This record gives sequence, C-alpha cells and structure tokens, in this order.
Amino acid sequence: MEHSVINVLFVGNNFARIMQGLWTSVWISVDSLAAGLVLGTLLGILRTLPSKPLRFILRLYLEFFRIVPTIVLLYLVYYILPRSFNISWPASWMAILAFALWVAAEFSDIVRGAIESVPVTQKESGLALGLSKTQLFRYVLLPQAVQLELPATINLATRVIKTTSLLMMISIMDVIAIGQQIIEANNQKYPTAVFWIYGLIFILYFIIDYPLSLWSKKLAAKENR
Amino acid sequence: MTEEILRVENLNKFYGDRHILHDINFTLHQGEVLTLLGPSGSGKSTLIRCLNGLEDFSSGAVYFKGEKIKPTDKNWQEIRQKIGMVFQSYDLFPNLTVMENILLAPTKVQKRAKDQVAQEAEGLLKDVGLEKYADSYPRELSGGQKQRIAIVRALIMHPEVMLLDEVTASLDPEMVRGILQIMTKLSKKHHMTMIIVTHEMGFAEQIADQVLFLEDGRILENTPGKAFFAQPKTERARDFLESMDF
Ligand SMILES: Nc1ncnc2c1ncn2[C@@H]1O[C@H](COP(=O)(O)OP(=O)(O)O)[C@@H](O)[C@H]1O
Ligand SMILES: [Mg+2]
Repeated sequence: MEHSVINVLFVGNNFARIMQGLWTSVWISVDSLAAGLVLGTLLGILRTLPSKPLRFILRLYLEFFRIVPTIVLLYLVYYILPRSFNISWPASWMAILAFALWVAAEFSDIVRGAIESVPVTQKESGLALGLSKTQLFRYVLLPQAVQLELPATINLATRVIKTTSLLMMISIMDVIAIGQQIIEANNQKYPTAVFWIYGLIFILYFIIDYPLSLWSKKLAAKENR
Repeated sequence: MTEEILRVENLNKFYGDRHILHDINFTLHQGEVLTLLGPSGSGKSTLIRCLNGLEDFSSGAVYFKGEKIKPTDKNWQEIRQKIGMVFQSYDLFPNLTVMENILLAPTKVQKRAKDQVAQEAEGLLKDVGLEKYADSYPRELSGGQKQRIAIVRALIMHPEVMLLDEVTASLDPEMVRGILQIMTKLSKKHHMTMIIVTHEMGFAEQIADQVLFLEDGRILENTPGKAFFAQPKTERARDFLESMDF
C-alpha cells in the first residue's frame, strides 16, 4: 500500500504539479481578494450614503451575487461574456473577474455593517471637532470599521479559497484539475490513487484554511469579551 | 458691554410633529458662563446640539459673533472649529492614542503644523495632570481621565465658546471634582465663554453668570446666576432646586 502512495504522489513530477496547481488556486484567490476588497470597500462606503437609488442599485448587486451560484458565475464569465463582448482574456483572468465581483459584493455588506455599527456618538464627536465627512470616514469610521469587519473578512477569504476548487470547471489547471489528471493516469495500476490524491488535496486546503479560520475565531472571541 | 458670541432667536425644534423646543431666545457674551438647568427630557441636550449644528432646527436662527449662521453642512463644519463641544460619554476615538486624538482636528482640519500643536498639547495635558498618558489608548484610561482628554481635545482647537453637556454625569463621584475644577479654572483664569448643562447645583451656583431654566422645551427663567439660586422666580424652578436637594 505504501508503495502505491509513493508511486502515485511522488513519481515523476506529480507532487510538483500538484503544488503548481495549488499555487494557481492560491494566486487566483489572492488576486481576486485584493481587487474585491478594494472595490467592496468603495461600494460599502457608498451604501452608507443617504441616496436611496444608489443604495437600491448596490443592494441589487449584492443580492445578485448572493443568489447566483459561483459555478454559474464562472460559466457566465468564461463562456458567455467573451462571446457577447468579444473579450478574449485568459481563463484565469476571467476567474479573477468573477471572484473579485463576488468578493466585492459580499465585502460591501461587511463594510456597510461595520461602518453603521460604529456608535453614532463617535460620528458626532468627530463632527463637533470640525472634521469634514471625508475626514470623519478616513480617520474615525473606517479604522474602527476595519477592526469590526476583520473576522468576517477572514471568513470570506476562507470561502474564496475553498471555492477555487470550482476553477477546473472552466478548464483552469488548479490543484483539483491536476489531481484529477493524475488519478486518471494511474487508475489502472493504482485504483487507490483517488484516495491519496484527494487526501493530499484535503490536507493542503486544510493547511491553508484552518489557520485563517482559527484567526477569525480568535478575533471574534476577543471582540465579544 | 463685551462682545456677543452667540445669540439664539426664536428657535423652534420639532421631532416629527412633537414640538421639542419652543421659541428659544438668549444671548451669550464673551467670557460669560451660561448654565442650562432643567429636568431630564426638558430639551437641554437638544438645544445645545442645535448650537453647533448636530441637530437642525425647524425655525429661528443662531448668530455667531453677530453673524447669522446659514445652516448648511459646509457652514457648520467651518463654525464648529470655533465652537468646542464635550459630551457626557467622552467619545474619544478608540483607534487613536491620546496624543493622536488631540492632534487629529488641529492638523487635519486647521492644517496647523504638527510639532507646534504637539507642543501645545503637551502643555494642556500637563494642565490636566495627564502628561504621562500621551501614548496611551483611551481604553487604558479611567472615565475621569478620558473626559479630561476630551476637554483638551476640544480646547486645542482654540474655540471661542465651549458647549459642555453633562460632562460629569457618567463619572464616579471621586472623578467629578477634578472635572469641575477644570471648568472653573477655564472660566476664572482663561475667561472661556461656556454653556454648561449640569446636575451639580453647587457647581452651577458658583460658576453661572446666567441661568436658563428649561422645562418641556420652554425657557421658564433666564436669570443672572446669583439671583436664580438665591430666589428663583418661578414655582417650577423652586421645586426643581428642591428636588435636586439644593
Ligand atoms: N432623536 C430623537 N427623536 C425623537 N425625540 C427625541 C430625540 N432626541 C430627544 N428627543 C426628545 O426630546 C426631548 C428633549 O430631550 P433632550 O434634549 O435629550 O432632554 P435633556 O437633555 O434635557 O434631558 C425629550 O422628550 C426626548 O424624548
Ligand atoms: Mg441631555
């Protein structure tokens, strides 16, 4: 049995390819998180402004991304968008686009909630000092909101990382897709390959996501104290 | 007569269709201390917040140094630099150190040079006995200490008038005296013009040049301080003083 582990995981460049796939998943996550957090912060701030039509549109945007399953989103950007708009970006860019728009939607809600939960007396004491609305946001509300939103943000990050496992559906060579290839290549000789490969992928995802999850739990506990 | 700082003319305020402030009129001159007294819910906070635009009012006008304030956001933001305010709940910014709390408005709003303001801040912190706490965060301070910082944070803007709304109301008794002393010193030594809402009657008697007694959003009395405490004109004010054990 150990024989099959070694043969499947470490023969040739299998292990290196899996790591390569993992790397693809990670950088797609990181890029879409980075872009999504920036856009989401902006949208979140806009959602605290008094304009009703603006808030309605942004709310619609959020609900759309909440309701539509991520896999549908990926198909949308990969199959439909390029055809209808004549865009020919690489699949990984399209994936980042889809993920970033999703992250922005979710994060805008986190930001809005956090800004609104800063006590109103903080706003008033800032205004009473003569701060402008922008200065109030920049120096008082946003920094406090960031602390409040940290646990939910980390949570969102773990969800994004997990969801990258769908990337193979739009033929991106992520860790799952490569695992699949290795399994297929070894199916005849080592029927147990599927366990070893998915076992390894499980451990890899766990190693990345678990510390994030712990961190978010710790922060949340600290806040409740 | 000294210069007029604030004048309120026929000010009315509604929340929905509830009439909260009725036809408020008064004038405050340079160096004067006006104390705003009255039972809870009489409209003291609402009135004081109308004076720096934290609340808008339904009709009437507020004049700052003889000039009518146009109640736009932009105007209020300008004028608030001249009207300092301290609240019952201190409201220091928890994400900033004591020194950063103090420096924020003078450097960002008034664009004053940071090292000069910092030097002035150190002086003010010394005055209130907190020079050692410049780098502490608000959560490390007691209520009384936070309130002293809040006063310093308002003073460093060089306001022409200070609005103080029950600034000792949430403090432990042993902390109250220190804050009252600071206000007394501000008045007697620095001739700061102030509007003070307080339930500390002994302090009010000692510091008030003018007393506005408010009930149900109406000014029942507008009397010089000594006269008010020696002999209130209205029955209601007499009852109020009695209920305050005074
Ligand atoms: N945001 C608000 N909405 C509606 N009513 C309010 C609001 N704030 C205060 N009030 C009402 O206005 C009246 C005056 O309140 P306030 O100015 O806080 O009184 P005081 O400071 O003298 O205790 C009270 O009856 C209170 O219920
Ligand atoms: Mg009040």
